[in-house]
Amino acid sequence: METKKTSLYQLHQDCNAKFVEFAGYQMPIQYSEGIVEEHKFTRNHSGIFDVSHMGQLFIYGGEDLIKDLEKIFPLDLKNLKLNHSKYSFLMDKDAGIHDDLIITKTKEGFLIILNAACKDNDFKILKEFLGDKYKMVLDENRSLIAIQGPKSSEILNDVINGVKDLNFMSGNWFTFENQKVYITRSGYTGEDGFEISIVNDFVDQLTRELINKGSKLIGLGARDTLRLEAGLCLYGHDLDKDKTPVEANLKWAISKERISKGDFIGSDIIIKQLNFGVSKIRVGIKPEGRIIAREKTKIFNQSDVHIGEITSGTFGPSVNGPVAMGYVENEFSKKNTKVFLEVRGKKHPASICSLPFYKKSYVKGVN
Amino acid sequence: MSEVKYSKEHEWIKLDGDVATIGITKHATEMLGDIVFAELPEKGSSVEKDGTAGVVESTKAASDVYTPVSGEVVDTNQAIVDDPSKINQDPEDSAWFFKLKIKDPSEMDTLMNKDDYDKFAKETSA
Repeated sequence: METKKTSLYQLHQDCNAKFVEFAGYQMPIQYSEGIVEEHKFTRNHSGIFDVSHMGQLFIYGGEDLIKDLEKIFPLDLKNLKLNHSKYSFLMDKDAGIHDDLIITKTKEGFLIILNAACKDNDFKILKEFLGDKYKMVLDENRSLIAIQGPKSSEILNDVINGVKDLNFMSGNWFTFENQKVYITRSGYTGEDGFEISIVNDFVDQLTRELINKGSKLIGLGARDTLRLEAGLCLYGHDLDKDKTPVEANLKWAISKERISKGDFIGSDIIIKQLNFGVSKIRVGIKPEGRIIAREKTKIFNQSDVHIGEITSGTFGPSVNGPVAMGYVENEFSKKNTKVFLEVRGKKHPASICSLPFYKKSYVKGVN
Repeated sequence: MSEVKYSKEHEWIKLDGDVATIGITKHATEMLGDIVFAELPEKGSSVEKDGTAGVVESTKAASDVYTPVSGEVVDTNQAIVDDPSKINQDPEDSAWFFKLKIKDPSEMDTLMNKDDYDKFAKETSA
């Protein structure tokens, strides 16, 4: 299959992007300044991410759709306010995670943002479940960009007036050049920021205007270091079919209301795990010194017993040191527990720590 | 002091008497991106030509550093371990990796001169 290009491909080239293939797309891994500078610029100023490879699934419907989606997602969608978003997962009957996603209630129904590598399979699963009852569009005509960092609100508001009044995890329709754009205040960096869904033909113009106001394009490399410092999971690494949301330490994202009733895909296992605990759980891991423990690094306890594995690990430019997360046996998951990481045949000391590594600065109380 | 020579693994080597200073090339640092970790061989250890003699890591991945000639490690550059970003800033001078008391000067003859290396680097990165 030929690799696809996003509508910002030309702009990426103009900005000297280095490309990698990611989930079937040619995506920028970094630009000329490099990952560390891009990372810091996002934390201190404002960065723009092309995430058009991600799936934008619009499902149209009303009360019936809410009931049907509640059979799939562990969310209280009935009481979710209009234009508000929730983080959730698509699970199988064993509560294994097929994808993690953001779902937003809109006037027309729901907008679900899916991972690029999972979107086609997600669509199939949802279509099988919902049948032909609702119009479902995995929209290839729209691009998605994120603008993240402390100056982003001011910069985006200069171009699209009113966005600064959005609260974290809520959105609305705005207009840019007479085009309808859907903007949510959300992101994947731990910083204040927005995600903007806009028709392909106008994304280049919008992005160039944001760059003219002082924001910069940021590649997937810095996106990964930013999200890991923020303690956020990456599907296919920290989450997959062999892990449940409870094991992934994401039970905060499961509605308490829904747990009491059950009746969603995977609810039996989720309820069992919430009541009786899990054998492995996701934790933050801070290596001592500068050694970087990457994905698949084995974790040992103080008696040299293999107790788990790293699922994401890199150097965190804002933390100015190595950061990692992984799964360990539950009894070793307490904060400050000493562990050892096997890197290039040698065992290096590390400790279990709470997430995030870098304090989140979401804007919650605008109005 | 002899001319600087280069290896296919993108190390440079400068010989002064029987002590060689070794580092990685500017081209290597450009391919690696931001270097955030460096590990050097132990002082007093022996290394064999083309064997592993250290590690550098960027935010993306780890890469081995090889030694272009055999010898005994007589000095290492702690400054690049403490601040690996120095490797990106000045790879072919102050950010050297280690010094070797070389075993066999004829091993130097197997390496490339600057022109050949530049050509090699250009071809392999195209």
